[in-house]
Order: sequence, then C-alpha cells, then structure tokens
Amino acid sequence: MQLTPESRAERLRTVLERAFTPTRLDITDDSARHAGHAGAAPGGQTHYSVVLVSPRFRGCSRVERSRLVHQALEAEFAGGLHALALTLRAPEEPT
Amino acid sequence: MSGTTMSGQTNEPVRDRIQSEITANPVMLYMKGTAMFPQCGFSARVVQILTHLGVPFQTANVLEDMALREGIKQFSNWPTIPQLYVGGEFVGGCDIVTEMFQSGELETLMQEKGVSRPAA
Repeated sequence: MQLTPESRAERLRTVLERAFTPTRLDITDDSARHAGHAGAAPGGQTHYSVVLVSPRFRGCSRVERSRLVHQALEAEFAGGLHALALTLRAPEEPT
Repeated sequence: MSGTTMSGQTNEPVRDRIQSEITANPVMLYMKGTAMFPQCGFSARVVQILTHLGVPFQTANVLEDMALREGIKQFSNWPTIPQLYVGGEFVGGCDIVTEMFQSGELETLMQEKGVSRPAA
C-alpha cells in the first residue's frame, strides 16, 4: 500500500476516475461533521460521501457496485478511511 | 480504526459465531452500539429503518468485540459497519439499506424471506 501525500479527496478522485471513467463524480469530505466520535482522526479525512455515475455499474447489483468501489479503494480503507457513503448509478439511472 | 485488509481470513470461532447468528436470526444487524443506544449515525439510521418496518431484529455490538469487528468485515467482504443480514444473506450497509427502504424493496425482501411484523 502506498499513499501519496496529497489529500485523501484528491486520491479518491484520481483512483475513482481511473477505475470507473465516471460521467459524474462528486466527492464530499464529511469528516468535520463526525469530529470527536469514534473513527474520526484529528486531521480529519476519515468520512466521505461519493456520488459516482459510471457505465461500469450497468448490470451490477447494489452490493456488487459497492464492492467494486471498496476494492478500488482498499488501500485507503487500510490507511484510515473510516466511512464512505456511496451513491452509485449507471448513466441511464436517476441520481 | 481499519488497519486490516479485506482479503484476510476470518478466524474460525468468529466465523462460526457469525454464521450461526445470521442463520438463527432472520434479521441480524452488526452495528456500533445497541439498538437502544447506537454509537454511530449510520448504525442509528439502520435501526430506525428496521424499527419503522416493525420487523423483529437482533443486533450485535462490534464495539464490544474487536475480533467480531474485524471478523464481520472479512466475513462479508465489506469494509464498514453497519452490516445487515436478512434470511442469512448479506443485504448491505447504511446506504443500500436506506435506498432499498425508500424504494420499497426492503419491505419486499422481508416478505420474501418470511420476516413479518409480529401480530399486534
């Protein structure tokens, strides 16, 4: 596992763009809303929401879609990513 | 508090415990805290949805048991808590449960699995 020094949001964007060629990718850092509770780290960068629209999700169940994202971000989970709220859609589906 | 990969082997007692819990309990929720006192907003939301549906459910508090906390992640191949099982099958975490509740699919799933609210 190798984490580059840029912010986690930037890394998430790089990894997700590469893995999913998304037509839409919104990443929100929710860490401040969770500050002080279990899993929150002093520097933040622990809790994120992601909206990801990608043709790769066509024909995949909800669990399969999330697993694809979890696998792409395995290094981030191992490195302190604590919570990831996912909205995953194929391009023809409403977000 | 991650620090583990998702690819590791779940240790056997934990795996057996989880397998018997999801078999014995038609609706089994692995969460942080208890149904009465959830200790995480995502866990709280799933409790709220199950309570709203009125189905009986059992919970396990992963904060009380480090082996369970890591074990359930590996068992389900899913890196976050909460995790919901219905009829012995993994349904998902907070996002999926919320989406399925909003679309009515969660209630349908409960009915398909023979989980119904107790007679009043």
